[in-house]
Amino acid sequence: MRRRSTGLVALAAVAALTLSACGDDGETTTEPADVEAADFPEGSTMAELADAGSITIGTKFDQPLFGLVGPDGTPVGFDVEIGKLVAAELGIAEDDINWVETVSANREPFIQEGQVDIVVATYTINDERKEVIDFAGPYYEAGQSLLVRTDETEISGPDDLAGKTVCSVDGSTPAGNIEQNYPDAELVTFGAYTDCLDPLRNGQVDAVTTDNVILAGYVAESPDDFQIVGDLFTEEPYGIGLAKGDDDFRTFINDTLEAAYEDGRWAAAWESTAGEVLDTPEPPTVDRY
Amino acid sequence: MDSVIEALPRFWDGFTTTLFLAVVSGVLSLVFGTILATFRVSPLKSLRIVGATIVEIGRNTPLTLVFIFFVFILPSMGYILPLGRVPAIIALTVYTSAFVCEAVRSGINSVSVGQAEAARAIGLGSTQTLSLVVLPQALRTVVPPLINVLIALTKNTSVAAGFAVVELTATGRGLARDYPADVLWMLLGVAFFYLLITIPAGTLAGYIERKVVFSR
Amino acid sequence: MSGSVLYDAPGPRTRRIERIASIGVAILLLAVLAWVFKGMVDRGLFDSRWEVFSDPPKGQSAADVWRSLLVVGLGATLRAAATAAPLAFALAIILAVLRTSRLRLVSGLATAVIELLRGLPVLLMMFFGQLALGLTAFEAVIFGLVLYNAAIVAEIIRAGLAALPKGQVEAGTAVGLTRWQTLRIVQLPQVLRLMLPSLISQFVVLLKDTSLGFIVGYQELLRMMQLNYSFFGDQYRFPLFVVVLSIYLIVNFTLTRVAIIVDRRLAERGQRADKLDPNAVVAVPHNIGRDQSASAP
Repeated sequence: MRRRSTGLVALAAVAALTLSACGDDGETTTEPADVEAADFPEGSTMAELADAGSITIGTKFDQPLFGLVGPDGTPVGFDVEIGKLVAAELGIAEDDINWVETVSANREPFIQEGQVDIVVATYTINDERKEVIDFAGPYYEAGQSLLVRTDETEISGPDDLAGKTVCSVDGSTPAGNIEQNYPDAELVTFGAYTDCLDPLRNGQVDAVTTDNVILAGYVAESPDDFQIVGDLFTEEPYGIGLAKGDDDFRTFINDTLEAAYEDGRWAAAWESTAGEVLDTPEPPTVDRY
Repeated sequence: MDSVIEALPRFWDGFTTTLFLAVVSGVLSLVFGTILATFRVSPLKSLRIVGATIVEIGRNTPLTLVFIFFVFILPSMGYILPLGRVPAIIALTVYTSAFVCEAVRSGINSVSVGQAEAARAIGLGSTQTLSLVVLPQALRTVVPPLINVLIALTKNTSVAAGFAVVELTATGRGLARDYPADVLWMLLGVAFFYLLITIPAGTLAGYIERKVVFSR
Repeated sequence: MSGSVLYDAPGPRTRRIERIASIGVAILLLAVLAWVFKGMVDRGLFDSRWEVFSDPPKGQSAADVWRSLLVVGLGATLRAAATAAPLAFALAIILAVLRTSRLRLVSGLATAVIELLRGLPVLLMMFFGQLALGLTAFEAVIFGLVLYNAAIVAEIIRAGLAALPKGQVEAGTAVGLTRWQTLRIVQLPQVLRLMLPSLISQFVVLLKDTSLGFIVGYQELLRMMQLNYSFFGDQYRFPLFVVVLSIYLIVNFTLTRVAIIVDRRLAERGQRADKLDPNAVVAVPHNIGRDQSASAP
């Protein structure tokens, strides 16, 4: 049930490269905690993972500020740091984390089938998903927003989208939200948010929509071209996805998050990643449903 | 199952989009593929080279890359198209034309030399020989393989799902997101609509194939 | 194109006219190409962004960029193709053999399965594997490729069986072989040799289809290209695209060459399909040899 190794050959290759290629990755905010399997209740997921000494974490590989993988194969971003935090509490070092790419459309199946232990992937907590998996957290609260060209005058919020073309990603929450709540907007979707940028520059689309934090990354990269307009029009609490019914593990991750809020590790993780372009927010309240 | 019925309008939208893509790019591919084929048998060497180059690149490039070219690369070269169906139709047409061309060309080669000789003997030029004698005969032989190319095209429209077109496959993915508990039924629904196009077309190809064989 | 169906051997005057027209067309085309190329230069497509391959930004090394494309990306592409092809082939033989069964139920079922699989897009099958069966991205890619190509290859094998002269089966029966033995010892070995060029062409199709894996998140060549420009910024899409396209073309051209050479070898040895039984070949014109168009992805 736990990790299935067949699909991880590529990851193994990436990991092998990482070993040879790491060097300037200075930010080691997370030292593995000094724990052993025996410290956790017998038979619990924590004990299993601590015993195995490794964990498989699903994250996005193409999300600026949150989860991005360069050619050297090392994932960077806030989600990645959160993943490392959880791993560290299980006594698992950074190098023993198997990072698996999860795309918007495959996160639930990956958790359900046990291909990943947890998913930290700008993963919005919502009730439909809670039917098939469980969420720890939230560890961050984002909200959907709009990215437009700097010379845009007609769009200042989602209500101005009627008759406009909006770009987002296949199978993502923001895309679904536009489809359902703003049916007059014309939605186009690609495989990655990066793919929406050129069309926005070229005027093929009028706006790009997703969570504000992701858009902020694009504004930081091209401040002359893009701006964010309007208020957040949804609440997107990012949670850590895990197998449904594993309440002990969920409680453990929630405890870990709260501890990290307290002792500044959470803030440090933020500042070394998304904090480069965004202010450090107040940590959200963990929802122990 | 209820959710499938609830989602029927979306299935229908996806189906009509897929059908639209398949029909429009199918017609265009037949036209351009035939033009390409005449390039490849043209007396002008430069046209033959152009035809061969386009066909070889078309057949050896993954369709996804053809899509990326027309959706992302062409705009960065300054040729901006509207997103969605237009670049999808162009990409599918360019790709499929290469296969149509090959089918038509082998059809042309299947016409016996005597036919062309007879045509020239009664004074027809090369254009007339091609359009009045060779192509009509060749087309009959190439109809079954052409239908197979068009069936492949219908299936290939699914690649547009990755490039801003909500056709059947993209609809299926969206439905899988909106009804996480009924993923299986949603995808089976999508499969059903594809088969609605491809199975009758395949049967038709088989039927024509048998007809052609018997008429020899 | 002397000896073509279409033309008499041209005389000196026609040849001269053709040469002039040919050169004219070539100049026109080169002019158009040059104009497009100039437009690209003017838009900065050949500026410093190409340094991503020699001196990439963001603290990455050029070696890592190349490794991510050639080792990780192309490696994953080839691994998916090399895993899927033998599985698809094995399944195809089973389906093709079952289809020849004398039991109506068995042959009917095999036909239905083949028709079903042939009628569905590879991408949909990959989604099915991933979303409904919960396979990993790699497994989902293999799942889609195997099912789809098994159906196509089964059709190729069926065409091959139909193209074999009837005498082969009769001879087999005459020496006392059972139907299954005839199939295994007499028919299949000939069919496979006969169909080798088609099978290689189909392998090219399969290799091209691995690129659909990027949509389900399998990190093959195309996905590595995407991850690279997601990381470096979208202005790097153009150079990455050119390089990745070149990689696909080189690999596929090589395979296509192999198919042509094999086809020629077989022809020299007189074992190509159309040498065997012209009447039978007419019955399956689009499935033989050079006509891979029938098995377009």
